[in-house]
Amino acid sequence: MNFETIIGLEVHVELKTESKMFSPSPAHFGAEPNTNTNVIDLGYPGVLPVVNKTAVDWAMKAALALNCEITRHTKFDRKNYFYPDNPKAYQISQFDQPIGEHGWLEIEVNGEKKRIGITRLHMEEDAGKLTHTGNGHSLVDFNRQGTPLIEIVSEPDIRTPEEAYAYLEKIKSIIQYTGVSDVRMEEGSLRCDANISLRPYGRDEFGTKTELKNLNSFNFVKKGLEHEQIRQEQVLLAGGIIEQETRRYDESTGKTLLMRIKEGSDDYRYFPEPDLVDIVIDDEWLERVRAEIPELPDARKARYVSELGLSSYDAMVLTLQKPISDFFEATVKAGADAKLTSNWMMGEVSAYLNAQNKELEETELTPEGLAGMIKLIGEGTISSKIAKKVFKELIEKGGDPNKIVKAQGLVQISDEKVLLEYVTNTLDANPQSIEDYKNGKDRAIGFLVGQIMKATKGQANPPLLNKILLEEIAKR
Amino acid sequence: MAKMTKEEVIEVAHLARLAITDEEAVHFADQLEAITNAMELLNELDTENVEPTTHVLPLVNVMREDKSIEGLPRELVMKNVKEHEGGQVRVPTILD
Repeated sequence: MNFETIIGLEVHVELKTESKMFSPSPAHFGAEPNTNTNVIDLGYPGVLPVVNKTAVDWAMKAALALNCEITRHTKFDRKNYFYPDNPKAYQISQFDQPIGEHGWLEIEVNGEKKRIGITRLHMEEDAGKLTHTGNGHSLVDFNRQGTPLIEIVSEPDIRTPEEAYAYLEKIKSIIQYTGVSDVRMEEGSLRCDANISLRPYGRDEFGTKTELKNLNSFNFVKKGLEHEQIRQEQVLLAGGIIEQETRRYDESTGKTLLMRIKEGSDDYRYFPEPDLVDIVIDDEWLERVRAEIPELPDARKARYVSELGLSSYDAMVLTLQKPISDFFEATVKAGADAKLTSNWMMGEVSAYLNAQNKELEETELTPEGLAGMIKLIGEGTISSKIAKKVFKELIEKGGDPNKIVKAQGLVQISDEKVLLEYVTNTLDANPQSIEDYKNGKDRAIGFLVGQIMKATKGQANPPLLNKILLEEIAKR
Repeated sequence: MAKMTKEEVIEVAHLARLAITDEEAVHFADQLEAITNAMELLNELDTENVEPTTHVLPLVNVMREDKSIEGLPRELVMKNVKEHEGGQVRVPTILD
């Protein structure tokens, strides 16, 4: 690359309040179209919006969790535009006094930590959902109209698509911990637009930026930015200029396509919302909200490293998603060894969830179940290999690991006499393997262990079996 | 004195989605110029120590509890809708 890439992200997060930002209609995802609206959402004449107090609390909570300064005297503004997704022809948003400013979060890419600034966090209302039918018509569902949103704008501190990805993961994680949103990109409760520009190394001024839309997953954000970075470089190297424009990411080709030349903020004719009065946040209100913020992922991560002895990477992966982290803590609390629990969570549990495309809470696995199973391994009652069988049962059907082990006869064979019998029989039947081993072919041992494991249905205690096997071979 | 041009009027009319003729644009430019100039008078006042006001009542923090009330019946929502399909409002496609 001859150029330095400059990326800034705008993230929209829907707050999971019961009612909408300015009206009492329900703000839930997934209802029948146009059943969660009222005259305020639909922009009928003479109606008045009233601010949802919980939405303000939660916007403040998110702002504090992202290290923002809270604007003590804040207000709403009107952003005027005509589009069929908004019957009022304006969106109530915040222009010059956003509730939060000057925040930051920390990302880690390839082991390097970096602080990304957050310019602002403001409150606004969502628009309705448009579905283009492709025959010249679009269908509008106003259920989403008026749902409380926060928009989080980053500083242009991001330098690579990987950093953009890490930033999004971190925002999602922090917001998830605060509990103010489901932050599910597939349901639209988290959305992202990306601004990207290039400049020659060493230059201070930014180049002209383009805005990328239709980035429907973190991966698409990364891929869209990767493509746009190369496109802009090629234009610049060919002596061309970058137009300030909005481009759409096309999932099928991985390319970005021109949507429109960007309008300036003047065109939105922002002015203070005359139907709402200002909001003044005093110390008491601020401190009450601050006190509700739970331990955040960075703090948990540090605790896992210092108190539980996990590696920094393992601690990071385990704390990224709150449900996973909570489950891990509950399992450790139920008596399981932290490192073993971490291994199981990052190994078998994670593999199962990926393969089945499920969330942890959609399975039958409980912290008590997992802890019980890990304890059985620790006590030597079952081997790690057998544990995988028990695990499958636990995550698919649930239940008590002790009962599963007994009912299915999975208890590990640790009785030396019993093992000796298996070893003797196997050695008698395989004189060639003994000879091979004595002639230096170590692999022969693997074969013999395999035979015994087969005979014991995998229940032989592996270290004990190895010990007896070697002793017996030496005697022959 | 502020000058209002025909082009500015046409641009503002476009943003407000108002269809106006060239003659009307000239006409409105004159009128709007007179209005903005009248407003300019306010600039003569010393407002150095006056807080900006966006609302006439001395009120702050008017908020409601987060309680939901069932939405309007869909038949009612669709009553003033010109065209609808499967419970959704049908509009011409505008690609943004």
